[in-house]
Amino acid sequence: MPGFAVKAERDQQVKDRVYAAFGERITAIEQERDLLCIHVKKEALHDLLRNLRDEHGFHFLTTCCGMHFPGESQEFGLVYHLHDMRAGHRIRVKCRTSANDLEFQTATDLWATANWMEREAWDFFGIKFKGHPNLKRILNMEDFPAFPMRKDYPLEDPTRQDKDDRFFGR
Amino acid sequence: MSQQPPIDHWSKDLVEGRDLSELTTLNLGPTHPATHGIFQNVLTMDGEIILDAQQTIGYIHRAFEKIAERRPFYQITTLTDRMNYCSAPINNMGWHMTVEKLLNIELPQRVQYMRVIVMELARIADHIICNTIIGQDVGATTPFLYVYQWRERIYEVYEEICGARLTTNMGRIGGWERNWNDTAWAKIKAIVKELPASLKEFDNMLLRNRIFMDRTIGCGPISGERALQYGFTGPNLRAAGVDYDVRVADPYSGYDEFDFIIPVGTNGDTYDRFTVRQEEMRQSLSIIRQAMDKLEKMSDKTTFRADVPEWVLPPKEEVYSAMEPLIWHFKIVMGEVEVPVGEVYHCVEGGNGELGFYLVSDGGRTPFRLHLRRPCYIYYQAFPEMIKGSMLSDAIITMSSMNVIAGELDA
Repeated sequence: MPGFAVKAERDQQVKDRVYAAFGERITAIEQERDLLCIHVKKEALHDLLRNLRDEHGFHFLTTCCGMHFPGESQEFGLVYHLHDMRAGHRIRVKCRTSANDLEFQTATDLWATANWMEREAWDFFGIKFKGHPNLKRILNMEDFPAFPMRKDYPLEDPTRQDKDDRFFGR
Repeated sequence: MSQQPPIDHWSKDLVEGRDLSELTTLNLGPTHPATHGIFQNVLTMDGEIILDAQQTIGYIHRAFEKIAERRPFYQITTLTDRMNYCSAPINNMGWHMTVEKLLNIELPQRVQYMRVIVMELARIADHIICNTIIGQDVGATTPFLYVYQWRERIYEVYEEICGARLTTNMGRIGGWERNWNDTAWAKIKAIVKELPASLKEFDNMLLRNRIFMDRTIGCGPISGERALQYGFTGPNLRAAGVDYDVRVADPYSGYDEFDFIIPVGTNGDTYDRFTVRQEEMRQSLSIIRQAMDKLEKMSDKTTFRADVPEWVLPPKEEVYSAMEPLIWHFKIVMGEVEVPVGEVYHCVEGGNGELGFYLVSDGGRTPFRLHLRRPCYIYYQAFPEMIKGSMLSDAIITMSSMNVIAGELDA
């Protein structure tokens, strides 16, 4: 565990060690404003999360949420925010996948709290998690016919003519 | 008397190996006066002992994350009100700060202190609600009726500041819509002066009360380690002995200039959660006092927002009589203001813990994606583990001491 180094130094340490351990399986590491963001290939996501938790001290899972980028080849994504409370250090992990390969390895074995976060990602984006103990819809009703946070799901009643998104910039 | 379940009971399946015909299934909720919100727990019980609980949530899900993708930034404030409606101003300020972080807006010192004051008032109101309801649920109605008047007094301050009481829509991106009036300051001063005596009475009523202690000590405990596993934050985590507070760990709004203590508990049980919240109210009062002192020493008495005209509606009379303000008014209302492309995560210490906003902007008038980290949603999943093996009546006070707010749970 690196001690109380300043944040930039810690970011650099994480960067070097993650690159050394994962090499090719990391697609990019970039600085997004105040947070270091690691882009990882799907098959290495679980290993990376475990590595960050055990080797780098990111013991706290702050959030895990789904993303949808319609029209891109890697259409869906997951974003994790991890936190090392002792050093006051946060990090972001991103992972992308295509629409026909929507199954990630679950993180519930690393953090119990991932349970409902992953259920939310399933409920709203249709992202599946292999090994999840209870992957059911959580906020929407059981027989809801769609994954509502996908960008192609309309917010307004699609039959209405007066709410044309073109007039509102989207 | 509370039964204290062994600390490793969470991994055990208490139903396994039992004759199911001897067990009872009990629906606690969806609408039950003791759950203080709309959520269901299907309990499997052996007599009065809870063996398992199946949670169903989402009864008041309103799809805030989806709606936010179709609303200009300033309109999302009203959505945040409706998450933890017991401390709506904290949510409002958290959202404003997130947008300010995206836009790189630096706030004047005075505005920051005003925000601190209103956020601490909101925290007190939130904790008053939670703690008096613990009292109510163990059969002590007096605090619920008596201490609640302070929540009313705090709502009067909100009313002076923004005109609303519960869903406040308080403040604007870049500061406040107007300077606070003298009545608001007078009311805050009165609260700071008179509330401590009332809190002392509240303490006297419950803190060393034999009946209350017997009911709450050892009731619904969680260890610090399990609490971290479950993503607990806020008073519930601190009651389990972990001194994590966003105000100290990631200071915002100038919290690093204030001198205050983070109270921590040891057992993570209902009594500890109660005492942590009690002490936090006192610390909040101290923070408000310090902020008032700082403001008094300032020569500046008029600044109430940063210099960001593109985010502040021009005065109405000018909109009706001059061209330039009319254009600005239109642009702001339609969300035609330039926003940079980028991603930010910002969190504030809400009434229940780390309230986080993960905002992804693609430069459009609305967020591309807004994810809300609602502390309630994250820690409520530990509830079955905390009540397994305890009595039904203990489950009720465990739930009220966790301060699960349905609006925040379901977003």
